[in-house]
Amino acid sequence: MNKLHWKIGTVLGLLILSFWLLYPSVEWYSKTNDERAKTEAMRMRPKRILNLGLDLRGGTHLLLELDVEKLDKKEKLGDAMARAIEIIRNRVDQYGVGETPISRQGERWISVDLPGISNTEEAENLIGKTALLEFRLVNTSDAAQAVLSKVDLMSEPPFNKKGELLPEVAKIMPKHTILCKAAPGAEGERARYYVLEATVPVTGAYLEGARVETDQQFGTPNIGFTFNKEGGRLFENFTGANVNKYLAIVLDSVVHSAPVIKSRIGGGSGVIEGSFTMEEARNLAIILRAGALPAPVTIIEKRVVGPGLGEDSIKKGLSAAGIGFILVIAFMLVYYRAGGFVADIALALNFVFLAACMAYFGATLTLPGIAGIILSLAMAIDANVLILERMREELALAKPVAMVIPVSYDKAWSAILDSNVTTWIAAIFLFQFGSGPVKGFAVTLTIGLLVGMFTSVFVTRALYEFWLTSNPKELSI
Amino acid sequence: MMVLIGKTSIDFIGKRYMFFAVSALLIAAGAASMAVKGLNLGLDFTGGTLLQVRFEQKVTTAQVREAMTKAGLETSIQSFTDRNAYQIKIKGTQEKVNEMSEKIMAGFAASFPGNAFTEEKRDYVGPVVGRDLAKKALFAFILSLFGIIVYVAFRFANPVWGAAGVLALLHDVFIAAGALSITNREIDLVIVAALLTIAGYSINDTIVIFDRMRENLRVFPKMPLGQLVNTSVNETLSRTLLTNLTVLAVVSILFVFGGEVINNFAFCMLVGSICGTYSTIAIATPLVYQWAKKGK
Repeated sequence: MNKLHWKIGTVLGLLILSFWLLYPSVEWYSKTNDERAKTEAMRMRPKRILNLGLDLRGGTHLLLELDVEKLDKKEKLGDAMARAIEIIRNRVDQYGVGETPISRQGERWISVDLPGISNTEEAENLIGKTALLEFRLVNTSDAAQAVLSKVDLMSEPPFNKKGELLPEVAKIMPKHTILCKAAPGAEGERARYYVLEATVPVTGAYLEGARVETDQQFGTPNIGFTFNKEGGRLFENFTGANVNKYLAIVLDSVVHSAPVIKSRIGGGSGVIEGSFTMEEARNLAIILRAGALPAPVTIIEKRVVGPGLGEDSIKKGLSAAGIGFILVIAFMLVYYRAGGFVADIALALNFVFLAACMAYFGATLTLPGIAGIILSLAMAIDANVLILERMREELALAKPVAMVIPVSYDKAWSAILDSNVTTWIAAIFLFQFGSGPVKGFAVTLTIGLLVGMFTSVFVTRALYEFWLTSNPKELSI
Repeated sequence: MMVLIGKTSIDFIGKRYMFFAVSALLIAAGAASMAVKGLNLGLDFTGGTLLQVRFEQKVTTAQVREAMTKAGLETSIQSFTDRNAYQIKIKGTQEKVNEMSEKIMAGFAASFPGNAFTEEKRDYVGPVVGRDLAKKALFAFILSLFGIIVYVAFRFANPVWGAAGVLALLHDVFIAAGALSITNREIDLVIVAALLTIAGYSINDTIVIFDRMRENLRVFPKMPLGQLVNTSVNETLSRTLLTNLTVLAVVSILFVFGGEVINNFAFCMLVGSICGTYSTIAIATPLVYQWAKKGK
């Protein structure tokens, strides 16, 4: 085996490897939508495949901000963020929407990409709820009654926009109590409030499980929960010490029910009653199982792309890109003949290798990413043109063909290297410091440039050398 | 052998003041438009709410505008006539995520009873997010420019060349942005990707000619710089035209047939690829010459 055999062997080997890497992607995208959804729900989605971004396949992107001020002072921000991401992931996983990239962005932002969810409000409720479950005693003193009757007479809610208590209410509140709103009742009914003790003897942190239960009497859905051992003991002691008092079950600062404690509650389980719909109860159970967020989150960015729009933009864009591609290939063939043919093969291989690389990294293709690919392809074509023009220059000097090829590659190399590295440096910076779409652009550009350099220099040269072994005298470009 | 253009010996350097004037004119036009009309910044940067709906039966832009006025909303409307879809935008609102969209939908339901519509796209960008996106994109871009200058200075043993390349690149990006302002096209994150592509393309084109200049400097060390630049540009002219016409053809096809979703992107690329070619010949290399002459 000589050097040329090695080169051809390398190219062929890489081609086979690429097809092998691309096979799962091809298989995945030739399935129907329903089949894909089913596989995703079972979390059997193949890992190393080419992903389509939400702008191309449709879906919901959410950016959440963690309310750092409400964070427990003892908890480090990094830990709290990691915990919040973990909990959101748990919730989404239990909901069963399949592959959902969730990541920290900047200091206190969390980005969530939900593919193909059409009912976004449900998803938002699932992710955005803090789900802090607390059990508090209701304060039934006269002072508390006075507060409630004052609030009743007010025409507006007793909280300002920031959620703080209005000063006229705050000053008559009994010591060590808080005011909480009750879950909304039937439509048109006035909002109700509770005065609760500030101390929280038991929280949802001790929960072991939660599930939907149907009320025996009315058939309405409730949420049954079980404590772990420690929580069960705490709850038992707490209820035992407060028989005949009212126990408020508070979820995210809203009182869902406040039954009387008739006796000590052992066994470590209970029920949250409220006017839930089946859907709400199901989601609440999921949220309670997954645990509470370390602090409330707010949605600061939300993008929903309907699946139809994504498909439309793919179809139109792809057909236009296809026409452009065919045009380039045809032009190269006509203009450079054999040289154009070699360049076209390199271009086709470029596509295959690039797709294979992206599939291997499980990269996500977005519209800006396609821009990166276009640039890298343009530069790969440029590299070919550079080499071919050099060959023409050298051939015009009547040099023998066998000499023209190495000389042309040597001379063209510095231009190809420098232009690619320059762009590559820019791409690295964009990847490192850019966010979202800028990053998407940088990723495909970086991979595209590396692949492009390989195909337009190494692959084409191997092809020419192969050609020369049988036709050492002529080269038609 | 098919040849697009034969050997040329055009005096590019001699025409440099004309080129500078043309560029100054283009930049001034863009700057004037940006000063008067401003850039039509999309939600990605201003923050706000966007809702795109597609109607089943035909409606006109005027009808949509009327419906929004009736609903008491101040919006900007973009139509995608080929799909009977409309994009409603409300910039910079502080309201809760879904409230604005609901109001728009309610407005449509009230004004077009019996005409069903489907929601195609819904965006909400908080004001902080918008600023952050713009800041990060700009920061990354500026850093990458420095990276380019340093690399070119290192490879071509002259920081002036890198600076000239970067100036040509900025020239192209600015003219493309000016064209967006003149045509009132919206700048969103996809356009940022297009501008980055233009930047990459422009520097690539410039480097190739610099490479030829570097080579000729080695081969003909005695040749006066003006002649050297001219020779280099002329020698690489057929490659410059070939590559750029190829790219231009592809981008034109994207612009004409690519559909409305990527139309702004394709427009930006179209302007940028023309500029990229022009600026290499008319800005980057003459700048190197001008700089070197001044230094003497």
